[in-house]
Order: sequence, then structure tokens, then C-alpha cells
Amino acid sequence: MSRLPRVMRTPAGAAGCLILAVVLVVALFGPLVAPHDIATPIGGPGQAPSGAAPLGTDYLGRDVLSRLLSGGRSVVWISGAATALSYLIGLTIGLTAGYSRSIIDPVLMRGVDVLLAFPALLVLLLLVGGMGQHIVVLIIGVALVQLPGIARIVRTATLETATRGYIEAAEARGESSVSLVLREILPNISPIILADFGIRFGYSIILIASVNYLGLGLSPPAADWGLMMSENQQFISVNVWAVLAPAIMLALLTIGVNLVADSYVRLLGRSGDVAAELEAQLPNAPGDITPSALQEPAAPGL
Amino acid sequence: MSTSVAVPTGSPRRVALRRRHPVMTFVIRRVLAGVATLIVATMLIFASMQILPGDVASVVLGRNATPARTAALRADLHLNQPLPARYLTFVGDLVSGNLGNSSAALAQGRTLPVSQVIGVPLRNSVVLAGITIVLYVPLCLLLGTTAGLFAGRKPDHAISLTALSLGAMPEFLVGTVLIVIFFTKLNLLPPVSQIAPGDTPFTHPNALVLPVCTLLAVSVAFGSRLVRASVVEVLREDYVAMARLNGQPRRRVILRYTLRNALGPGIQALAQTVQYLIGGIIVTENVFNYPGIGNKLVQAVSVRDVQVIAVISAILAAIYVATNILADLAVMLAVPKLRTQS
Repeated sequence: MSRLPRVMRTPAGAAGCLILAVVLVVALFGPLVAPHDIATPIGGPGQAPSGAAPLGTDYLGRDVLSRLLSGGRSVVWISGAATALSYLIGLTIGLTAGYSRSIIDPVLMRGVDVLLAFPALLVLLLLVGGMGQHIVVLIIGVALVQLPGIARIVRTATLETATRGYIEAAEARGESSVSLVLREILPNISPIILADFGIRFGYSIILIASVNYLGLGLSPPAADWGLMMSENQQFISVNVWAVLAPAIMLALLTIGVNLVADSYVRLLGRSGDVAAELEAQLPNAPGDITPSALQEPAAPGL
Repeated sequence: MSTSVAVPTGSPRRVALRRRHPVMTFVIRRVLAGVATLIVATMLIFASMQILPGDVASVVLGRNATPARTAALRADLHLNQPLPARYLTFVGDLVSGNLGNSSAALAQGRTLPVSQVIGVPLRNSVVLAGITIVLYVPLCLLLGTTAGLFAGRKPDHAISLTALSLGAMPEFLVGTVLIVIFFTKLNLLPPVSQIAPGDTPFTHPNALVLPVCTLLAVSVAFGSRLVRASVVEVLREDYVAMARLNGQPRRRVILRYTLRNALGPGIQALAQTVQYLIGGIIVTENVFNYPGIGNKLVQAVSVRDVQVIAVISAILAAIYVATNILADLAVMLAVPKLRTQS
């Protein structure tokens, strides 16, 4: 945990923290200071920014600023809930598979890999098509999509840690598997988990915002940055801010999360399989990825 | 420097003689795995069609339910058969090209074959994806090689930073910003890709520009980063140093020694891009209202047209799996080291 303040000392990390803090404050406390109701029109549709409505009005005449202030909460909490749920399951599977040293490992991992046969967005659309448009469906869907990656990285980290001397010592002391995993392995892989959580959170945000943008997530009149962009897009030439303002907020949120996660991964400075997997997860990891790590499925001996 | 490198035991020829041709073994294994994946995928698609709370027919029909329509839809979706039999019918129909009827149309009392619903959109999407890929490859090679050759210096930073910040954005954000710039501000390109039903995308090149740019902006980061990484790696190799010391012209060193050996990961990147495009195209087509398969899929989901959702998902999943196999095979054939290893 002591690494968190150090993230702020790198330029990219500091910038990321600052951006993220601003967006999160807007998202969490914005609804409290929103000057108007998000569902009632305050003027004609598509009015240009003015004193009464600093960002103008949207296609139904509602205040864009109020909707912008209220539209971040759903993005953050749904993405957070989905990532957390995914971690709850993924962590259990990964720890069990990594430490079991038995047939449970391949069985669990192959089972999880099945989910990789689909593009992520397709899984979400299938679920929405089958179960209907609902926040719970969205959360379950994103959790399912993230599950294989989480289980995989936790398993790799567990395998790497399980060979250490202190694990052998704990085994020799006769500690039970459960307490060993929870008290010896889990604390030691927590930095990796934290880094991976950041990366996943960023990805969850993109997925949820995309589904909302497609109109298959939250339903109107909910204020949500993704939904706001799509519902106002047809009227983009009337008041560009109704589309651009939520776009800027979403962009800042994505950039902030990625900068922080990226700086944190670099600070970990780990080498080996776990680091390679973490790097591969980063949507914007600059620097060298060993090409061989990405060729792995091509190796015929597997 | 190179004396300490471990020499691999056994020449490639001896390995090839000892066992069955490794490429063949690999192909068989990969195709079998692919078929297994597809079976699981169709099961998942089938399952997602069944988890509708309540009876599928009544949910799809909603307020349009009449006894006659319910009966028609139940017959069309084979709802009167037991579950395993229904799954087999579903897969059998898909394989034999009998794609069934649009459930949403049945709900309105019409019969509309799915093949008619998705035919033209599928072609439009293939055009969009094809143009993107054709531009993607040279763009990645150019940007990746430039960044790799100037690694750690200004051109590298400029390319990497731009590509990476674009690559981290969702497609709809990039697409919307492009609309704001090229439509709202400059009024150069249309914000909506209108293609008349009888026309092909090629007769409306303007409609393709922004969707292609969006897909490229989001995907090039990944590819160029891979090319950059492998160029950096190859540049460190002894044979590149050797070629340089031999006085080979710089251009030749880059084109013949560096780029060619950096291609392996490039193929892998290309495959991952095709797979990315399957998801990316769904969002991008909706940003520009481009009449493609992704647009159709989202429409089908919003009206819960079960049969159309199932068919489109199955097609996309099949493309996904096939790309994987082809890419692995291409890498195998391109990189001699992998071909001969056991």
C-alpha cells in the first residue's frame, strides 16, 4: 500500500491522480450541486450556452450542466460494482486454481477460458438480448467478461508465490490450505491485484459507457454520460456541448484511470510472467512488450 | 558477445524426421479446438436465448401476442420440442444455412427470413472492416518502425503518446469527436453514413471516411506498439549489427533484416485487430448509423429479435474463432523457429 503515494511522485501518476480526483468529485458530488432537475425542461430544446444554462440545453430542453453533473455517478458505481463482483469470483477461482496443485487447476481454467470465445461486447449484447435491459444484467455481463483475465493473472501470481520459502515454512508448520492462501499468499500478491484492478476498472468503464451509448443500458430519462452523447448526437449542430461535455468527462475518466494504473504497474517493477500479463492488459502501456509473450498460443507444443 | 548463446540441440531436419510433420499436427489440433470452442459458443448463444424470463414467445411478442402469432413463433423457434432437441435443431439449421425467420417480424404477423435481414448489412460490414485492415497494415508498419528506429527520442514519444491516448478511448468517443471536427466545425464529411438500400458502400466513399478513421484511430495503437517492440528487439540482434558493420546501406538493413524478422508478432497483431474489429464495428457502426451487421445486431437486441441475435452472434463467433486459427497458422509458417520446434 505504501506505493500509492509514490505513484503521485511520478509526473504521469500525479497527472492521473489529479484528473481522476476531479472527475470522481464531479461524479460523486455533482448530483448534490446540480442547479436543475435532470428530467424537466428549463427552456427550448438545443439552446446555446447562456448565463442561465452555462452549457446550454439538450434536445428536450433540459439543462446540460445539471445532467452532466448527475451523469457520472452511474458510470462510476456500475463499473465499480461490476469490477468488484468480477474480482470476488475471479480471485476465488485464481487462488484455488493456482494453489490446488491438482486436476482442479486445469478444469477451472478451461472452464473460464470458454468465456474468451466471444468478443466482450457481444457477450454483453447477448445477455441484454436474453435477459432484457437492466442494470443487474449489465453488472453481471461485465463481470463475466472480465472474469477470465482476472482468474488468469491471480493464478499466475499465486503459482509464482507458492514456491517461495515462507510458503514452504507455513506448510511445514501445518497451516491449513485456507489460512495459508488467505494469510500468506493473498497479502503477497495484493500489489499485483491492485494494479490489475485499476486496469480492469478502466476497461469496465469503457464497456459500460459503450452499452449505455448504444441505448441498451440505462433507460431515459436517466442522466448518464454515455447515454447523453447518443441521445443528443442527432442534434449535434444545434448545441455541440450537449455531446461534447459528456465526451470530455468520459475521456478524462478513462485517461485518469489509465495513467494511475500505468504508473502503478511501472512502480511495481516486477519481472516475469505476472508483469508480462499485467503489461498486456494495459490498453496504453508504452514500452516494450516481449513479442514472444504474445506469441504464446502459437507455440505448437502446448 | 554471441559466444555464450546456448545452441539448440538437434537440427530442425532431425526433429522433422522423428515425428509427424509438426505443422500438420498443429493444424489438426487447432481445428479440433476451434470446433470445440464453436460448439460451446453455440451452446452459450442458445442458452442466452432461453434465459428470457417466462416464455420466449410471449416475451418477444409482448403486446402483439395473439394466439395465432404465438403459435407461429413457437413453431418457428421449435419451442414445442425438448431442450436438447431444440439445441440440435438450432445448430443443424445454422450449419445447413437455414437461418430461420426474424422473430420481430413474426411478432407483427409477417414472415421475414433472417438471411434477407442480414445479407446486405453483412456485406457492408465486410467492406468497412476490409478497408480498415488494408489501411491498418501499412500504417502500423510505418508508425511502428519509425517509433522503433527512434526509440526513446522525440518521434517515438510523439507517435507513442498520440497512438496510446487514442487507443485507450472507446470508439464512440473518438467517432463523436471526429464528427464534431469534420461535420460541425469544418462541414466536410457527413455525420451519418447514409447508404441507399440498393447501393454499395463504394458509391458513397464519403460515408466510409469517418467510420474507417475511427476504427483505425482506436486500433493502430496496439499494432504499432507491437511492431515498435519487435523492431527494438530485432535491432539489438547480432545479425543486424553484423549487416551494419558490413557496410550495408541503412535502408537495406531496415527493410531486409529488421522489418522481415519483426513480422511474426505483426501477424498476431493483425489477427487480434480482426478480432477487435468484430467488437469495435458494433459500436462504430452505431455512431455513424452505418448500415452494417453491428447496427443490425443492436437493433435486434433492442427489439429482442431472438433469431436475428442468435444468427449474428454465431456468425461473429465463427469469424472470431477462424481468425484465431488462421493467425496461429500464419505465424507458424512465417517464423521458421516455431515450425520446427517440437
